Amino acid sequence: MDLAYGAEYEAFREEVKRFVSENKDKSPRQSGTGRPSDDQRKWQDLLIKNGYAARTIPSEYGGYGAEPDILKSRIIAEEFTRASLPLGLASQGVSMLVPTLLELGTDEQKKQWIEPTIRGEVVWCQGYSEPGSGSDLASLQTKATEDGDDFIINGQKIWTSTAQVSDMIFCLVRTEPDARKHEGISYLIFSMDTPGIEVRPLMTMTGYAEFNEVFFTDVRVPKNQIVAERGQGWFVANATLKHERGMLGDPNQAGTRLAAIIDLMHEETVSGERLIDNPLFRDRLVQLQARVAAMQFHGMRLLTASAKKEDPGIARLVVKLMGCELNHQLAALAIDALGELGVLYERSPHLRAGGRWQRSYMFDLGLIIGGGTAQIQKNIISERGLGMPREPKPARKEGAA
Amino acid sequence: MEFALSEEQRMLQDTVGRFLADASELDIVRKSAEAHEAFSKTIWTGFAELGVAGILIPEEHGGLGLGMLEAALMSEMTGRHVAPIPFVGTAVMAPLALTLAGSDEQKAAWLPRLASGDIVAGVAVTETISARDGAGVSSQGDALSGSALFVIDGPGADLFIVADKEGALFLVEASATGLERIDLTTIDLTRPVSELRFENVSAERLPNGSPAVVQQMIDAGRTMIAADTLGAGQMMIEKAVDYAKERQQFGRVIGSFQAVKHLCAEMAAELEPCRSLVWYAAYAQDAIPEEGALMSCHAKAHLSEVGRFVARTSTEVHGGMGFTDLVGLHYWFKRIGLDRQLLGGPERVREEAARLQGWAA
Ligand SMILES: Cc1cc2nc3c(=O)[nH]c(=O)nc-3n(C[C@H](O)[C@H](O)[C@H](O)COP(=O)(O)OP(=O)(O)OC[C@H]3O[C@@H](n4cnc5c(N)ncnc54)[C@H](O)[C@@H]3O)c2cc1C
Ligand SMILES: Cc1cc2nc3c(=O)[nH]c(=O)nc-3n(C[C@H](O)[C@H](O)[C@H](O)COP(=O)(O)OP(=O)(O)OC[C@H]3O[C@@H](n4cnc5c(N)ncnc54)[C@H](O)[C@@H]3O)c2cc1C
Repeated sequence: MDLAYGAEYEAFREEVKRFVSENKDKSPRQSGTGRPSDDQRKWQDLLIKNGYAARTIPSEYGGYGAEPDILKSRIIAEEFTRASLPLGLASQGVSMLVPTLLELGTDEQKKQWIEPTIRGEVVWCQGYSEPGSGSDLASLQTKATEDGDDFIINGQKIWTSTAQVSDMIFCLVRTEPDARKHEGISYLIFSMDTPGIEVRPLMTMTGYAEFNEVFFTDVRVPKNQIVAERGQGWFVANATLKHERGMLGDPNQAGTRLAAIIDLMHEETVSGERLIDNPLFRDRLVQLQARVAAMQFHGMRLLTASAKKEDPGIARLVVKLMGCELNHQLAALAIDALGELGVLYERSPHLRAGGRWQRSYMFDLGLIIGGGTAQIQKNIISERGLGMPREPKPARKEGAA
Repeated sequence: MEFALSEEQRMLQDTVGRFLADASELDIVRKSAEAHEAFSKTIWTGFAELGVAGILIPEEHGGLGLGMLEAALMSEMTGRHVAPIPFVGTAVMAPLALTLAGSDEQKAAWLPRLASGDIVAGVAVTETISARDGAGVSSQGDALSGSALFVIDGPGADLFIVADKEGALFLVEASATGLERIDLTTIDLTRPVSELRFENVSAERLPNGSPAVVQQMIDAGRTMIAADTLGAGQMMIEKAVDYAKERQQFGRVIGSFQAVKHLCAEMAAELEPCRSLVWYAAYAQDAIPEEGALMSCHAKAHLSEVGRFVARTSTEVHGGMGFTDLVGLHYWFKRIGLDRQLLGGPERVREEAARLQGWAA
């Protein structure tokens, strides 16, 4: 245990601080559409150039090309968060596709896709879930059949976030109908402009269309747009999901939220009493503050483990479950602290923070469900983490493949 | 920067853990508890022979001179094995008081004997946090009057470290005239506590005692108690999982029922981040003193809540068996129950955390 940063890192922190104070006014507004605005892309370019985004992506693929150094990454996150500046893009393309390509893509795929993705020029969506295949993702039915040098795709995806504004999709399809469930899937990447793709936005409970249905009718995709081999898509996807779960439990976000709630409780009053002066709300705040601290230290422990190439075991498996739940609880506290004001929405008079807390509260529930539901996380924790018996497989139906 | 235990820390924890797994087996714990022993002399002697009674005591006084993190790792092991030994008062809070506030003579007189495990020190500071039933100690010159409740490691103590209402610290020998010790019976028979009544008891002042030192003792004590709950909770999870893998109902092991698996997963998911919090809080006591008080509050309060959840849930997974004396699961349940209230229950501790941040008067 040594949490002192040492001279080299303190110097680095000074560098980041200088950048932050000199560039504060260039900070972009969030576009809210899932597609980065011009401002956001300029900001992203500036961050990459200075090594504050795409930091460890090799420079031949447009990244900054630094050696992985968890401390420096943490310092960057700390200083940006402290100044309320947005960090680099964390879209599904940046957070999930890029690491997957780096790990498993061909050189050509890396050259073609990584740079425009990290610069926010190419936006990706994740085509995994289907109406009949959510938690049981490996049962997916979208088919890709061979035709010369192409695959021809037919089927439907659902809950596809940002599909309506995406250029590209990374998509799981069944290419080997005779293989066992997990071994018949391939991971394809293709353009959302390919003829035969129809996107229908799905309104969610938040009042925004955060995800979509995506229909494929005879969509033709060249066979070389596969990542890894045919039939290995399930394993590729799991590599991606690992990155997604890391992203979804991110404790930095909880820290930022907590800070906002602390401010809120100092500013808002009820019948003349500040909320911070109310012992019941204060108690809830301190309870959550301890949880945020625990998750932040837990994140540091996991970072150390990954830097040392050690397997942190069950410690890693709990992050998505606990991190998403914590964010949800934080939003709940903010809403309760605001009381009647906490239910105002859309453009209502007296609205606070643009309705952010209600939207978070609802959207977080989506995140508790998405990327592997809480119940699926508990299955994973108990089976892989605690070695408990696996879920019994249903008996195969007569005549089924 | 590194957020991990060092090789030496892991080895130390492992050694002490293996010693306690053997020496503090359930049968032995049960005998000690049923006999209402102040503490188990055999276990304490063996523990001290490993040097870890003096874990915090400087080497010049015969200790190991290690830090709060190492001490917390020990406390975790005592909780894991429900060890009936006087660790938190004798090996942590009392040595800290002497080191921070004692004169050179006092240090030389007492620290070596604490390090060797020859004597046990009770710590009477509860009234500075939460005075119940009118308890409280006042001093006139070096004479103490009044009473102290929930004296940690009190039964069997040769020596007491006592805080008065002003936060001055005193040394009182168990044999002092006018001192009466009344042992309290709590649910947890592995770590009994005492009441002390003082009638004009002549005491020896620790010259550098102050409310700040008392606070530091409490911060350290809370961190140790949090670590104790961590160890006890971890053991309760392991016991639940093991039991669930063996016990059959409806023709299956109960560990194959999702309702049971999810209870186990919830316990593990709640407890695992607590480990990181306890490490940090303990490390902060030495290395980041400006965060020491707040982090000890967070660790104490959060572990109290998670501990309670784990204690009841593990018991439930054991079904009727968990409710019996036979499997002895209740020793861990009660350990966690006492931990929750010692040195302030979670509500009080959170209020203190709020005060430390200027959020409450
Ligand atoms: C906000 C949001 C964004 C999303 N974005 C995307 C995206 O971009 N791309 C994409 O491909 N998908 C996306 N998804 C889909 C997401 O991955 C699925 O919703 C998720 O995997 C759950 O599948 P399902 O909705 O079909 O629920 P189901 O699998 O039908 O689950 C319904 C309920 O049953 C429970 N359940 C199911 N199986 C088990 C089991 N074995 N044990 C115990 N309980 C079980 C679940 O926990 C849940 O409570 C998104 C979802 C949300 C909410
Ligand atoms: C205070 C007390 C008084 C009692 N008095 C009497 C009495 O007077 N007479 C009498 O005959 N009995 C009595 N009992 C026994 C009581 O009825 C049983 O303890 C109870 O039925 C549970 O059975 P078990 O202890 O064998 O636990 P188990 O059945 O072994 O259960 C262990 C765990 O597995 C879970 N579990 C088991 N099966 C499933 C499943 N299918 N799905 C999900 N989870 C499952 C349980 O919920 C529990 O968490 C008493 C028990 C107690 C605690």
